[in-house]
Amino acid sequence: MTSYVARRLAWCVVVLVMVCAITFVIFFAVPGNPAQLIAGKYATPETIALVEKRLGLDQPLPIQFGRFLVHAAYGDWGFSYVSQQPVLATILTAFPKTLSLTFGAVVIWLLLGIPAGILSALKPGSIWDRSTMVFTLVGISAPAYWIGLVFLRVFADRMGWFPLGDYTEMGQGLLAWAHHLVLPWITLALLYAGWYARMTRAQMLDIARLDYVRTAYAKGLDKRVVVGRHIFRNALLPLVTMLGMDVAYLFGGAVLTESVFGIPGIGGLAWRAIRMRDLPMVMGTVLFAALFIVVANLIVDLLYFALDPRIQRETS
Amino acid sequence: MTAARRFARDRWALAGFVFLALLVVVAVAAPLVVGRVLHASPYRLGMMDKVKEGGRLVDVVSDGGIPIGPSASYPLGADLIGRDVLSRLIYGARVSLLVSTMGTLLAVLLGLLVGLLAGFYRGTVDTILSRFVDAMMAIPILLLAIALASVLPQGNVWTVVLILGLVNWTYLARIVRGEVLSLREKEFVEAARALGANDSVILARHLVPNLVGPLLVFGTLSMAGNILLESALSFLGVGIQAPTPSWGNMIQEGMAFYSVAWWVVLFPGIAILLTVVSLNLVGDGLRDALVPGSQERIGL
Repeated sequence: MTSYVARRLAWCVVVLVMVCAITFVIFFAVPGNPAQLIAGKYATPETIALVEKRLGLDQPLPIQFGRFLVHAAYGDWGFSYVSQQPVLATILTAFPKTLSLTFGAVVIWLLLGIPAGILSALKPGSIWDRSTMVFTLVGISAPAYWIGLVFLRVFADRMGWFPLGDYTEMGQGLLAWAHHLVLPWITLALLYAGWYARMTRAQMLDIARLDYVRTAYAKGLDKRVVVGRHIFRNALLPLVTMLGMDVAYLFGGAVLTESVFGIPGIGGLAWRAIRMRDLPMVMGTVLFAALFIVVANLIVDLLYFALDPRIQRETS
Repeated sequence: MTAARRFARDRWALAGFVFLALLVVVAVAAPLVVGRVLHASPYRLGMMDKVKEGGRLVDVVSDGGIPIGPSASYPLGADLIGRDVLSRLIYGARVSLLVSTMGTLLAVLLGLLVGLLAGFYRGTVDTILSRFVDAMMAIPILLLAIALASVLPQGNVWTVVLILGLVNWTYLARIVRGEVLSLREKEFVEAARALGANDSVILARHLVPNLVGPLLVFGTLSMAGNILLESALSFLGVGIQAPTPSWGNMIQEGMAFYSVAWWVVLFPGIAILLTVVSLNLVGDGLRDALVPGSQERIGL
């Protein structure tokens, strides 16, 4: 067990280093000198050389990369080329906004998706099932930014029920905060609700075929008990796994939803950093997003390892 | 029953297929359709033009800058500089379909190659490739795509193809690897080896043909994702560049004025939606037709 956990942890570090390396390589393939960008159009070669030296850009790439890794490991993620602010602090300021967006969306998509999926699975082929499947298909196929724009046009601009974009801190009142976030929440949730309804339905139908379900019915158990305790509980595990991964992914920022609704979260930060070639900020946001994904993967693997004796036998 | 029959029996999948086929025909024949049938152009600016609507002359773009909405001469309205939205939508279909098809093909090839190598040779090769895939998948796909877009030369259709291919192959590689891991233990592979077949023969003759089904299914589904990704990149301004119309950049161009000219934003979005729905329907239909057992689900 300990050796498995240790090995798994080591792989996480390897993957994160590779993430940094990929980002680094993509970035240094860019023609043009970042020092030139920072120093401005009319900078003298001396100024550019000075900027290069100060940022360590005059060093060979492997050394720059190694330096970045060592510093990042100690929690020093460097300073933005553009705003001159510390990268980690900037990311941590943006994070609550992304967190707010994710949190509400998760609640909505679970409340919509899972009951819809269960009801569909109870009567496959029924009118309810068919219409749910059509609805979820639209949900997973629509471009999120377009749905956001349509919502803004109809519910904010035309009806005036919600504000046109903009973001309000939770500290300025819970109601104002939620009021500003309802449309982004629904926009983001629609996509995921579709996936979750389909997944719940498929899982439940798969499990309903298994022998132990037949046994449960044969024992004379009530349908409600069989569906609730025997089928749904077992269908829940893959859904929880999926939820963990999706939430981790969204913590890295929802670029499109954030940009349509003007939410100053991680996604927007990363987007601007990439566009401005602000390397430390790009590395920071990508690493931040990757951290969640890698950790979520780790948790899922360890949970399965702890819960499933078959995996333990295979790895030992 | 053959797979084709099973697919044809699925009415939804068939509907998706018919829609896509029509879209491809319209896209391929776009110069003919737009020029000869609609007598319109996707590029011509109509800002100074006047058209006859209900017996009187109307500006295509009013003095206040508001373009004409859906009407007889502009079936889906005009955009902010007086271009015909329907023509742009049809030319946009060309770009969107071309880019996402080529991007998907590239992703399938890369995924097939990496998945085959990792699954067949296992050991060190597998470890290195799989960790690399893990790392690629830990970077949010849209960020990766944006990063690549800001590095590669902009304004080129092939750049977008390359981006779609480079960000989407990882998921296909994982699927191929999983399939290969189970296929390589099958008796027919052992039999081929016993007959003296070398690795390349086993890979090409015995493994790849067995991967066609999953690749077709997941290729179709990932093409749906590619249509969305291309439109998102163009919407963000780093994909297909104006004046070449793409569904994504049409939405972006109309976004600022959507309260006065909703048609510029609404119709490209519907086009994306219908195309992606169709691809998902076809993908699901292919899965049901090609993967045995997936349709035998019984009720509770």
